Amino acid sequence: MAKKLNIKDKYRLLTRDLDWEYSYEDRKEAFPFEEFEGIKITDWSKWEDPFRLTMDSYWKYQAEKEKKLYAIFDAFSQNNGHLNVSDPRYVNALKLFLTGVSPLEYQAYQGFAHVGRQFGGVGARVACQMQAIDELRHVQTQIHAMSHYNKFFDGFQDYSHMHDRVWYLSVPKSFFNDARAAGPFEFMVAIGFSFEYVLTNLLFVPFMSGAAHNGDMATVTFGFSAQSDEARHMTLGLEVIKFLLEQHEDNVPIVQKWIDKWFWRGSRLLTIVAMMMDYMLPNKVMSWKEAWEVYFEEAGGALFKDLARYGIKMPKYAETIEKEKEHISHQAWWTFYTHGHAAGFHTWIPTDEELDWLSEKYPDTFDKYYRPRWELAKEMEAKGERFYTKALPQLCTTCQIPMLFTEMDNPTLNSFRDTVHNGERYHFCSDGCKDIFEDEPEKYVQSWLPVHQIFQGNCGGPDVENVLSDFYRMNLGEDNMDMKGSPDEKRWKQWKGVA
Amino acid sequence: MTIEIKTATLEPVRNTFAHIERRFGDKPATRYQEATYDVQSEEFFHYRPLWQPEKELNDPSRTAILMADWYDFKDPRQFYYGTYVQSRSKMQEAAENNYAFFEKRNLASHLPDSITEKLIRYLVPLRHLEHGANLNNMYASSYGYGTAITQACLYNGMDRLGIAQYLSRIGLILDGNSGDALAEAKLVWMNEPIWQGIRAAAEKMTVTEDWFEVLVAQDVVLDSLMHDLIYNQFDQWLQDNGAQDIGMLTEFMQVWNKDTSRWVDATLKVAVAESDENKALLEKWISEWKGILLEALAPLADDMLGGDALSQAEAALDKRLTKAGLFK
Amino acid sequence: MSKVYIALQDNDESRYIVEAIEEDNPEATIIHMPAMIRIEMEGRLTVNRETVEEKMGRDWDVQELHLNLITLGGNVDEDDDSLSLHWNE
Repeated sequence: MAKKLNIKDKYRLLTRDLDWEYSYEDRKEAFPFEEFEGIKITDWSKWEDPFRLTMDSYWKYQAEKEKKLYAIFDAFSQNNGHLNVSDPRYVNALKLFLTGVSPLEYQAYQGFAHVGRQFGGVGARVACQMQAIDELRHVQTQIHAMSHYNKFFDGFQDYSHMHDRVWYLSVPKSFFNDARAAGPFEFMVAIGFSFEYVLTNLLFVPFMSGAAHNGDMATVTFGFSAQSDEARHMTLGLEVIKFLLEQHEDNVPIVQKWIDKWFWRGSRLLTIVAMMMDYMLPNKVMSWKEAWEVYFEEAGGALFKDLARYGIKMPKYAETIEKEKEHISHQAWWTFYTHGHAAGFHTWIPTDEELDWLSEKYPDTFDKYYRPRWELAKEMEAKGERFYTKALPQLCTTCQIPMLFTEMDNPTLNSFRDTVHNGERYHFCSDGCKDIFEDEPEKYVQSWLPVHQIFQGNCGGPDVENVLSDFYRMNLGEDNMDMKGSPDEKRWKQWKGVA
Repeated sequence: MTIEIKTATLEPVRNTFAHIERRFGDKPATRYQEATYDVQSEEFFHYRPLWQPEKELNDPSRTAILMADWYDFKDPRQFYYGTYVQSRSKMQEAAENNYAFFEKRNLASHLPDSITEKLIRYLVPLRHLEHGANLNNMYASSYGYGTAITQACLYNGMDRLGIAQYLSRIGLILDGNSGDALAEAKLVWMNEPIWQGIRAAAEKMTVTEDWFEVLVAQDVVLDSLMHDLIYNQFDQWLQDNGAQDIGMLTEFMQVWNKDTSRWVDATLKVAVAESDENKALLEKWISEWKGILLEALAPLADDMLGGDALSQAEAALDKRLTKAGLFK
Repeated sequence: MSKVYIALQDNDESRYIVEAIEEDNPEATIIHMPAMIRIEMEGRLTVNRETVEEKMGRDWDVQELHLNLITLGGNVDEDDDSLSLHWNE
């Protein structure tokens, strides 16, 4: 009987060994992007494959997952599962997800497909290719999960068009454009490591647990199903980092710089998630502050202790972000509330119980800085003067978030930085974003900042209303404005048979 | 009372996403449609790629093929991720049963050495060619435009990896898991004259710039010729010479080819029908690559089969090209 | 010392995997959450194929873990007979 090859050797023969040394063409022409970032790879064969999944196993396990998942999607729509959500306000979190996050999964497919072709090492290529197809899985299963909600709620219908144009959606879009526009090694550190390893739980747990706590079976099921793919992605991210750091000591400072940059950009991106957790889930999971403590401070702590032996330090500005966890969700939701006429989802004043929960979870900050705003908002709403701002916000050139952040040591002071480059002044929300710009100004001056573009007349107009309806394709009076009085709310009441 | 209200008023507000409605009207959409149309970002990118600053991140001008609507490349199989993996899962289950049976019955030991040698010389080295095909389809997927065609290229690329792995397993079956057959087949791929033209062409495809050209060179020209030579003609030879059991191990590739051809044929047809310019360009590319590959494959065809094996393969390719509206 | 962790979907099959983990890793803490079972411990956590097979009553491939896995933390070592997690410190 044939001797059984161990899994490592067999996998090597089934993957590594497929590649060959070129004789007829210059291999550097086939793989032209290996050197321009300054990263030094001495030996691709040192790449470790933690999960040695061959394609036949991949197809088998993934098909089984899909069968189960789609059975639930079918049951969900057949049984009008959307009626089981805790509260129709919850659905607005899903609108933010489909318009803001799902298109990133698509970009992730594209980015991993790119590096899955361009990396010189076949082990790394195969791992990245599997991630590419996983990410396509995620965007498509998300679209299918949301398909049912799209039929019954406003704000989902033009997610792709909106993602390309809308002011707050350029935050996630530019994040991933930045990663894809970078070289292959930076892409891997940005997405494979910083996003998919360090920060992934901070995206997933809020949305998926949020779904579980609020009766959204479709999203929960998607979430759990996708998470097992994420386990593979996390191991890839960790492998990339270790591989780069072990290949050559010259890689260490480059990788550190990328970790610093992407950790900052990633945490800025998560502002929207923080706001979602604290303000958009009627049944709360945990506060953003708590999530940050568990999923970054604890889990991230263990990780960076492990990486210390390579000379890698905790990301720059980690202490700033620690302070920010007390504030960013409040500052963000307030911005969306006051700009609710221009948002593709509904906004609202938290209920009294919710305000009390926020006080409890943020004992050092909420009552002092944020509750008074909501009290004022309530007064104005009661007088029939629900506040909508007349202005458009200035955006940070790097992260593209409105300049709504404050100095964390003095939350009554706007955080405002600027720099001059080639005679033009650029504005930033923070030292982190300013650093990123100053390191690569030629890149960030290209940003398509939605508010600048509106003022330059590139988004139609002349009024904001025209921009929203014609350029963004928002259905005014349906997608936007307060939850109170919205068609979503009216329909919900009809379905539930309440007045 | 409540139940009546629920059923009476639970009309959907809309049948599908707005961009699907703009294309197909206000009616429920298929899962393929919702997963495919207009998903890819089209405008207002923020930064040009550092690695290709003359292009945008998603850029239709990475190919000289011009399309008014890149979503005309709808996949006749309607594969989105879910239906793709389920299709391949069924195929792999059948393959797995075949491989298990082959190994359980030790069918390799019934093969005369001369046959085993031929398999190592002609079949197993294909694992490297399939690896090249993986690279080429991933290239098309990452540089291509529009979810319709790029997702199909991604699936094709992953399929090639799977096939390369099956071919590797065939090698392991032949050498009792020692790895010797694979090592030998690699030397054949690297050094034997009958393979060098093919290897050179495979390398050339990976330095070709236009992704549509790469797609056509690989999935149309090379695959048609190679499939006919190996899985049609050589397969027949094996059957005629008492090695029909090998068919169990290559059945996956046969089923795969039939499935994938539907997509390749449809894609080619759409590109041709779009414009005279596309047609002329495709004819130019195909003529060039056909010339290269016929010359490259001649020694292999001769050594493996002799006679007019190569012209038979060429005829199979030509038939396909005619069907797509080319060269007429 | 940092903790490694693994989280599984809370279903029939996972139950056996969790039992096996408990048996082979006595210092592990098992935490039940909605629809999820999280296991953490300091040091090295190992899932042994043989133990799982014993609990499940059928042949089991280590790679089948993918069907039940939600997330994990730590450096992964996988082979035909086991999967383990550890941090290098």
